[in-house]
Amino acid sequence: MTALSSVHAPGDTLRELPAAVPNAIVPPLAPDLSLYLREEADGRRAMDFAVEGIDCAACIDEIEDAVEALPGIASARLNYTSHRLAVVWRSAADPAAVFAGLSRIGYKAYPFGTDKAEEIERNVSRHLLRCLAVAGFAAMNIMLLSVSVWSGNVTDIDPETRDLFHWLSALIALPACAYAGQPFFQSALRALRNRTLNMDVPITLGVMLALGVSVYETLHSAEHAYFDSAVMLLFFLLTGRYLDHAMRRKTRIEASNLAALKAETANRLDEAGGVTLVPAAAVRPGDRVLVRAGERVPVDGIVVSGRAAVDESLVTGETLPRDVVAGGTVHAGALIHDGVLQLRTTAAGEDTFLVEVERLLERAATARSGYVRLADRAARLYAPMVHTTALLSLVGWLAVGASLHQAVLIAVAVLIITCPCALALAVPAVQVVASGALMRAGVLLNAGDAFERLADIDTIVFDKTGTLTAPEPHLANADQLSPDLLAIAGRLAAGSTHPLARAVAAAVPGAAPYPEMREVAGAGVEAQLDGVTARLGSAEFCDCGALLTGIEAADASFVALCVGEQRALLMIRQTLRPDAAEVIGRLRAMGKSLVIVSGDRPVAVAPVAAALGIEEWQGAATPADKIATLERLKARGRRVLMVGDGINDAPSLAAAQVSMSPIAAADVTRAQADLVFLGEKLAPVAAAIAVSAKARRLMRENLIIAVIYNLFAVPLAIAGFVTPLVAAAAMSGSSVIVTLNALRARGAAKEAGS
Amino acid sequence: MSVLIYLLPMALGLGLTGLVGFMWTLRSGQYDDLDGAAVRVLSDDDLAKH
Repeated sequence: MTALSSVHAPGDTLRELPAAVPNAIVPPLAPDLSLYLREEADGRRAMDFAVEGIDCAACIDEIEDAVEALPGIASARLNYTSHRLAVVWRSAADPAAVFAGLSRIGYKAYPFGTDKAEEIERNVSRHLLRCLAVAGFAAMNIMLLSVSVWSGNVTDIDPETRDLFHWLSALIALPACAYAGQPFFQSALRALRNRTLNMDVPITLGVMLALGVSVYETLHSAEHAYFDSAVMLLFFLLTGRYLDHAMRRKTRIEASNLAALKAETANRLDEAGGVTLVPAAAVRPGDRVLVRAGERVPVDGIVVSGRAAVDESLVTGETLPRDVVAGGTVHAGALIHDGVLQLRTTAAGEDTFLVEVERLLERAATARSGYVRLADRAARLYAPMVHTTALLSLVGWLAVGASLHQAVLIAVAVLIITCPCALALAVPAVQVVASGALMRAGVLLNAGDAFERLADIDTIVFDKTGTLTAPEPHLANADQLSPDLLAIAGRLAAGSTHPLARAVAAAVPGAAPYPEMREVAGAGVEAQLDGVTARLGSAEFCDCGALLTGIEAADASFVALCVGEQRALLMIRQTLRPDAAEVIGRLRAMGKSLVIVSGDRPVAVAPVAAALGIEEWQGAATPADKIATLERLKARGRRVLMVGDGINDAPSLAAAQVSMSPIAAADVTRAQADLVFLGEKLAPVAAAIAVSAKARRLMRENLIIAVIYNLFAVPLAIAGFVTPLVAAAAMSGSSVIVTLNALRARGAAKEAGS
Repeated sequence: MSVLIYLLPMALGLGLTGLVGFMWTLRSGQYDDLDGAAVRVLSDDDLAKH
């Protein structure tokens, strides 16, 4: 069925309208959350919740106290960083009470199951931190000994004491490097096995040679040993690596919170007709799933029984609801307007639309993998150069008649001094600071190299529905209604979960439902106001059929209202995001060319394009059409940012050079996006572009600093002037400069936001 | 230089204590919620409870 607006037959309009009724065929829902429960070491039951709406420090106490006051709770601890609440029960677990307790104080909570990938990331992060601690401890203590040797060398240290200090340094450095160097050794080994070079190869070689030569020198009671250089090198490199990892981990935590907040749960029906609330991922093909009015469809499926109007704007971009009956297909992400559906979950490959999307996705993903990160490009160039320089200085010194011992010492000094300390910090340090700036601007990163790819885009392709327009429909004609009627409509709507009713309720802030309301299945809601009947719902239900005739609006749905003799039609439509026009203007001023490609009908796209002044637009685009448009732009040499939210956008998000999606996007789509932005506004898109441009500039600057440092240091090393003291000063000096430069990325979001 | 005989072990011992301390804080999960730790210090509910 199409729109209320375009189909005027009253019988047809009935099903469209508010009807969030507890349906007789639905057994009472007793969610079984046992899948989320885990057992603590001491046998007590525990469960994690992702909590929405935590915005201040006071929330911590409020939430923990409220939950701990519930019976049977042993402890409740909120993680303020990840917004997760860990609850431990003394005996029997009762998650439902926790949900109820939290909603009483105004927080929405979702069951949360830690995923495997996150657990692995956590372990890697801890391992890196342990390595960092060991390297830091070793660096400090060896430096204590080294400084004594350096100052002793120019005064009056006796060789026995120096040997003792060198041996002690070896005693600390060898085990410390063996432990703290693991991340680099393993990665270098992996690269060599694949017959490639990465930055870790020169690092590993440098550390090993420095240690080897130092042990040899120590054995021969020499003046210099490079134990401190080797350990300090590892310390700086680990710092860079930890920062890089911490940023990626933070984005992952945000992403999996989002997944939980998006309520990836399904009501699974068992043989006996009982309902279990399970994570959507636990639903297997063939399982029966129940979806009710106001809920999003958790899985792709074929309707077994029931009938409902389904809003698929998140799937195809189509704004008007579609009617589905038994035998029809629905996709994950569709919103049920009214009615109840029983679905049979389809196996992969059964659903033609999704097969098409999957196929396009795969192709697009392989096409994009050509992009090489700035740091990797630098490494590819750098690693062979380092090795060649070291080798050449070895051969050169031998040729001019130096002893093998002398030549090897100089070659090792070259390896140490060129080891990419500053280079390893150059990119991650900027990324960490810039991603912090982005988070404050309401943008979450999904891909670590998104900055680099976002920095040089020149064309932005927008999807319309849910991207340029707000994700929720809005009441469009509030100003044509009398305030009294609007207030009544708001209070009536507040008592319904129908998506259109939610839009009406949102237009009347603070509207409380009437205490005595009646819902009429498939029609609307009704209340008695001082003896007058007030109804909100279908045109037929409210006796408004006459008002509908003659109204034609391609992209709107209508809800009718009657209060006694008064009649009114409320027009609900997708409206532009509040700052869309302004942000589009700003993007145009930045010199980006803008395109709209929407799956919605051209009649619905045209007014949006006109309102924003975007000349290039395309309607009724299938996922393949969207990709074709991107390909065409690419062929013209454009570098494209794709912004979209629907499942139909997922392949084109993967195909674009870089992609963004709003938080309200479908799960598949959000997973493809390099960046995710929060909130009702479009401003984060402009902020992200500005921040990444600045971040990229800083990364370049940092790389240049690292190169300049080498220009000075390498000739010194080749000339044989680099003592351990010079190496230490040069390494720490360049690393500090690079880190300080990275901190300048903090201001970028503020500049962009204003 | 005989002073080194007890100064060196002392210096290394202090460093090692720091390392062990850090490992303990890591193991007991004190880096899991850095933002929370920063604001929890302001709450005084622990006074009310005990």
